[in-house]
Amino acid sequence: MDIRVQEVPFDLGAEANAFAARQTGMGAVVTFTGIVRDLGGDLAAMEIEHYPGMTEKALRAIADEAADRWQIGDALILHRHGRLAPDEMIMMVATASRHRTDAFQAAEFLMDFLKSRAPFWKKEVTEAGEDWVAARVEDEDALSRW
Amino acid sequence: MDVLYFAWVRERIGHPKDRIESTPATVMDLVEELRAREERYAAAFSDLTALRVAVDQELRDFDAPLTGAREVAFFPPMTGG
Repeated sequence: MDIRVQEVPFDLGAEANAFAARQTGMGAVVTFTGIVRDLGGDLAAMEIEHYPGMTEKALRAIADEAADRWQIGDALILHRHGRLAPDEMIMMVATASRHRTDAFQAAEFLMDFLKSRAPFWKKEVTEAGEDWVAARVEDEDALSRW
Repeated sequence: MDVLYFAWVRERIGHPKDRIESTPATVMDLVEELRAREERYAAAFSDLTALRVAVDQELRDFDAPLTGAREVAFFPPMTGG
């Protein structure tokens, strides 16, 4: 399991390649990438705050839970914090398994849980001011399907 | 024990951390103690349904005991991903 919380950008291609290259006997690698959206057309930046220490522990617990539930050989969770511009990559997950179903499901599980169980908070900065992004009820509801 | 605040809770209170010398029995007792401090604390803790709490970096309920706790953190629902 590879858990990383960092301020600097990451190279999706390089990360995905390195992740795939270090697997043995895995027939499937799934990756997901989250990107800063500018829904209103006036987003200057997305600021991401987190809780150093707890963040890494929470992400590791989520990855361990995924490994208990599905036959995955490996998982990567990489999440940025700090100030990001529109269209920058915020985070990625990668999972590896012998068959694709486990890799897909584990990746979805990681995403659902890290959205509302890992201590990150997003703030949108626009010309009009700054606003903390509110948690969505659908994100909390998504946990119940697992 | 250290009490940490994140996101708008930190902004409303005006700083990221307090050190508490008292020994509240539960998270709720700590909340009551903080509410009594100043108006900005009372405002930040006015609606507990809008808040989450972690004790020693684990998510807990507001009735959780604080026996032996070293770090309590208050923050809004998380919005990662």
